[in-house]
Amino acid sequence: MSVKLKDMIQSPQIMSSGHRMCAGCAAPPIIKIMGFALRGPTIICNATGCLEVATTIYPQTAWRIPWIHVAFENVAAVASGIVEGINAMKEKGRYKHEHVDVIAIGGDGGTFDIGFGSLSGALERGHDFVYMVYDNGAYQNTGIQRSGATLPGQETTTSWAGKAEPGKRERKKPIAEIVAAHRIPYVATVDPFHYRDFITKFRKALEVEGPAFIHAFSPCPRGWRSESSKSMELAKLAVETGIHPLYEIINGDEYIMSAPSKNLTELKPVDEYMKLQGQFKHLFSPQWEDFRKQVQEQVTADWERLKKKCGIA
Amino acid sequence: MNVPIPASKWRVSDEMTAATKSSKTTESSSNIEGLTGDAAIARALKQCDIDVLSAYPITPQTIIVEDYQRFFADGEVKTKVIPVESEHSAMSACIGASAAGARVATTSASAGLALMWEVLYCASGLRLPIVLAVANRALSAPINIHNDWSDSYGARDSGFIQMYCQSCQEAYDTTIMSFKIAENHSVLLPAMVCIDGFILSHNVEHVELLPDEVVRDFIGIRDPAQVLDPDKPITIGPICFTDYYFEVKEQQDRAMKEVFRVYKEVESEFEKISGRSYGIYETYRTKDADIVLLTHSSPAGTAKAVVDALRDRGERVGLLRLKLFRPFPAAEIGKELASAKAVAVFEKCLSFGAAANPLALEVRTALYEQPKRPLVTDFVIGLGGRDVPPTVIVEGYNKTKQYLEKGKAPFYETLGVRK
Amino acid sequence: MSKKFNEIPMGGNILEPGSAMQYKTGGWRAERPKHTPDDCLWLKNGTCLLCWIFCPDNAVKIAEKDGKRTYAFDYDYCKGCGICANECPNSCIEMESE
Repeated sequence: MSVKLKDMIQSPQIMSSGHRMCAGCAAPPIIKIMGFALRGPTIICNATGCLEVATTIYPQTAWRIPWIHVAFENVAAVASGIVEGINAMKEKGRYKHEHVDVIAIGGDGGTFDIGFGSLSGALERGHDFVYMVYDNGAYQNTGIQRSGATLPGQETTTSWAGKAEPGKRERKKPIAEIVAAHRIPYVATVDPFHYRDFITKFRKALEVEGPAFIHAFSPCPRGWRSESSKSMELAKLAVETGIHPLYEIINGDEYIMSAPSKNLTELKPVDEYMKLQGQFKHLFSPQWEDFRKQVQEQVTADWERLKKKCGIA
Repeated sequence: MNVPIPASKWRVSDEMTAATKSSKTTESSSNIEGLTGDAAIARALKQCDIDVLSAYPITPQTIIVEDYQRFFADGEVKTKVIPVESEHSAMSACIGASAAGARVATTSASAGLALMWEVLYCASGLRLPIVLAVANRALSAPINIHNDWSDSYGARDSGFIQMYCQSCQEAYDTTIMSFKIAENHSVLLPAMVCIDGFILSHNVEHVELLPDEVVRDFIGIRDPAQVLDPDKPITIGPICFTDYYFEVKEQQDRAMKEVFRVYKEVESEFEKISGRSYGIYETYRTKDADIVLLTHSSPAGTAKAVVDALRDRGERVGLLRLKLFRPFPAAEIGKELASAKAVAVFEKCLSFGAAANPLALEVRTALYEQPKRPLVTDFVIGLGGRDVPPTVIVEGYNKTKQYLEKGKAPFYETLGVRK
Repeated sequence: MSKKFNEIPMGGNILEPGSAMQYKTGGWRAERPKHTPDDCLWLKNGTCLLCWIFCPDNAVKIAEKDGKRTYAFDYDYCKGCGICANECPNSCIEMESE
C-alpha cells in the first residue's frame, strides 16, 4: 500500500482527544498510525494496560470504533472468539458486514508475559486477526515493574539499580522471533517514528490470511524518565542503535530487513539511546561500565544474527 | 430411635429420576435414546445451533466436546468450535463471541472452572449470555476426578445463573432452556448447567430428544442487546471507578433477580413443547412433613427413595430438591419450609472456616424471617466422589430427629467420612 | 454526571464513540507550543505534517480547502508534551512556559 499524506489526512481518527494517556506517550500516535492502515470495519480488543485504562475512563471513551476490554492475559482469546463468532454468523447468513477486521492490542506485560499462553494458542489455531503489542518495556500501568520486555540494565520498581545490582540483569525476550516460530504468515517490527514503514506493514498484517503480529516500540516518558518531547526521537534511536531493529518475518522463516534498519551503515552506540533516559542513568557510573559494555555486545551480537537471517553480509 | 430399612427398599424407580411431570404432548415426533449426561448436553447444544463452542478438555466434561467435535467433523453443525489452549481462554473466547452477537457455549469442571474464575466475573459483569455446562468435580489437592460441588459452589458469587440437574433428561432440557433464559433481555447473564461428574456425566439414561425444528423454534435466533458493531461503535468493558462501578453492579443484581420470573416463563413454554417441567425447586411429600431433606443433583434421587422408605415406616419426612441455586429462591423456599420442624441440608461442598456450608447458609438465611423458624442441620457428604448411599441420608435424618428433640444442632457436620 | 443505576447503559458500556472529547486535557499543560508559519512545510507546500502525525492528543489542527492550508493548535487538548517542537524539521514550533 502506498502511504500518501493526502489519504492520511482524509482518514478518520479512530481515537479522539481527551484520553488520559501521559503527555508524550507514544501509544496514542501508535494507535493513530495503525488507524491509517485500516481498510474497513474493524473491531479492537484491548488487553488491560495503560492504553485500555486511560482511553476508557467511564463514562467516556476515546474510541470511535467498536472496542472491548475483558482482562489482562486473554486478549488473543477474546479476539479468537470475535473472529469465529462473526465467521459463524456470516456462514449462517445473519451477519451484515461482508468483512470485519479484528485487532488485538496488548502491552508488553500482556503479551510477553501474562498473555503469552493465550497469544500462542490463538496463533496456533490460525484465526484471521492481527495482534499488536505496544512495547514500552515494563508494566508501566501498575507503576513501572519489570517485564519480559525490559532491557538489561533497565531500572524498574522491581529491578532497582542499587549498590549490588545494575537494574534488570536478564535479556529481553525476542518476542517477534518467538511469535514467528509459530510459522504464522506475517510478523513485523515497527516504531511510530518510521510511520510509513509502520502503515505499510500493518496493512500487510491485515491483508494476510491468518494471524499476523506487529511488535510496536513505544517510548514511555513516565517510566523511562525521558523528556516527553523525546518519544519519537527515542523510537528512532532504538532503531538506529539496534535496540529495536525493523524487519519482517514471512511464514516464520523468511526474514526481511526493513529500509530504516537496512540503510544504516553502522549501528549507533547504545549509549546514545540510554543517555536520554533516567532509567539507565546508573549504568554510566564506573561500577557498571563492564555491564554496559556487555549490553552493547549483546545488542551488537543480536544485530549481526538478525542481519545473517536477513541475508545481509 | 434409628430407623432400620431393608436393602430392597433402595431401588430408585425410573419415575423418580425422570421429570416431575411427563405427560407427553409430542409423542409422535419424539425420539428416545440412551445417553450419558454429557452426551445429552452435547445433543442439546447441537440442536440449539450454537455459533461458537470454545472449550478445553477436563474430565468429566470431555465427552460433551468430543461428541460435538464429531458433529462438526461429520458436517452436522455450522458451529465454529475453538479448541482453546486453556479454560481461561475458553471463557475469554466465549466472551468475545458473545460480545460480537453470537450464541456461545463452553463446558468445564473442577480445576478448569477454577482457572476460568477471573473471567467468569467478566462474562457476567459485561452482561453476556454464555452457557457453561459444568460436570461437577472436586477441586485439588489432592487431585481427584470425582464428583462434589466445590467447583461451581466456589463460583456462586460470580454472577452466573446456576441450575443443578438430577437426570440426563433434565440436563438436556435445561441446556436448551438455559439459552432462552440467559439471552432474555431482562436477564442477559451467563448460565451454568451443572450435572454431577461421572454420576450423571457418564451414566446412561433414557433421554427423550425433541425434534430439531421444535428446539429451533423454541429458542429462536439470539437477539443481542449491545454488540461490537462497526455501524454503531460502542465501548465494552471500560474502567469504572468509584463513581459508577456500584451502579453497574446494582444493575447486575437486579438482572439476576429477574431470573425467577424468566425461568418460570421459559419453562412453561418448554413444557408446551416437551410435556416436561422441573420448577426452580421441586417438593416431594413435604406437605405434612416434620423434617424436610434439602439437597440437589444426584443425592436428591437417593433422598427421594429414602423419603419413600421412611414414609413406609411412618416417618413424616419429605424432600425439597433445589434446581436453581443462583439466584437462590430464598423467599419461596422460606415459605415452603415454614411449617416444617426441621430442615436437613445435604451438600457436597466444604467451605473451610465458614460457619456452615454454602447451601445451608442460604437455607438458614431463607428461614430466618419465618415466625416458627425450623431447625436447620447441615451435612457435608460425598466429597471427592465418596459414595452417598441411602444410609448416609438416613443417618442425617436420624441425627436431625435427635437434634430436634434436643432443640439444638451443630452448625454443620460431615457424614460418610471415617473419623 | 452522577446518574442512577437505571439511567446508564447496561454493563458499563459506553455508547457514545469519542465521548472523551468532553474531557479537556489542556489543563495538564506546563508549556504551550507556538507555531511560526514562515518555514512550515505544510503551509508552504502541503508536505511534512510530522507534528500532526505524532501528536498524541490530536491537538494539531490542520485543514486544506480550495488550495488554502491552515494550521492551529487545539489548546483544549494539547498536554504540552513538546513532541511537535522536537520533531519539526524546520524548527517552526517552540515551547513556551504557560
